[in-house]
Amino acid sequence: MTSVYDSNGNNIAVTVIEAGPNVVTQVKSSDTDGYNALQLGFSEAKEKNVSKAMKGHFAKANTTPKRKLVEFRDFNATPKVLGDEIIITDIFNEGDKVSAVGISKGKGFQGVVKRHGFGGVGQSTHGQHNRLRAPGSIGASSFPSKVVKGMRMAGRTGGDRKKVKNLLIVKIFAEQNLLLVKGAVPGHKGSVVIIEK
Amino acid sequence: MDAIKFVQEQMVTTKPLPSFRPGDTINVNYKIIEGDKFRIQSYKGDVIQISGEGLGKTFTVRKISNGVGVERIFPMVSPNIDTIEVIKRGRVRRAKLFYLRGLVGKKARIKELKTAKA
Repeated sequence: MTSVYDSNGNNIAVTVIEAGPNVVTQVKSSDTDGYNALQLGFSEAKEKNVSKAMKGHFAKANTTPKRKLVEFRDFNATPKVLGDEIIITDIFNEGDKVSAVGISKGKGFQGVVKRHGFGGVGQSTHGQHNRLRAPGSIGASSFPSKVVKGMRMAGRTGGDRKKVKNLLIVKIFAEQNLLLVKGAVPGHKGSVVIIEK
Repeated sequence: MDAIKFVQEQMVTTKPLPSFRPGDTINVNYKIIEGDKFRIQSYKGDVIQISGEGLGKTFTVRKISNGVGVERIFPMVSPNIDTIEVIKRGRVRRAKLFYLRGLVGKKARIKELKTAKA
């Protein structure tokens, strides 16, 4: 992430995303597959990390092996054929609102305050000793005599697939395939996100 | 990483600001936007630090206002900076002059840098 200035002199926090060029590696149609979709490949893969079966798949599209393949349903840009390259300006314009899908950063085993936004106890006096961030009661006693399913408790946090909606495209560098999106997107630096319009 | 560097290089609209260093006394004319109009407010003080790089580069200006120390941080590439005037060059031995915060009165002054005259 970095920050840029808009025309009014406001400082905007942006995420720089390298979006493309993406290659069409498979075209699915309702006749053959039951639904319409395009499979796009992004980022070069090492030859030694690609299985023989996948090599054949890429050879069919007449392209080099790709690291990430993602399928987009009902992709309604102009009809694309196998091996076509899709670049940013085919789909996105400056000022568009997009969604970003990615795997959020793993946070490990976390308590309820961080994981579910519980308030904690809120005071350190009145008999509170070492339970400032405790969850409090998790249910009643004789009825229902159990902890109801789905009770929010401590546990593994992060590392889930998350979607962030309504991100504004601040700027596009078409030649460098760069998108500048307002705000943060899920995941580590260098991780792969899916940008949907 | 180099993608971010590229964006920063593209987005810096280089405005001819005079070069100044920590210890200098400067006057910053800053645009204050009120609705659709703007006016220029000047802020004069000593530069006590310059930090960051690229789009995130900032400088801190300290002054004593009505007996109270005031520090203001300006982004170096902000389009709201109208002009900067360097009033005095200071002779200092540090890049960050935080020690000035603990000093008052005559001790809080910065010696002027004497350059050899031809």
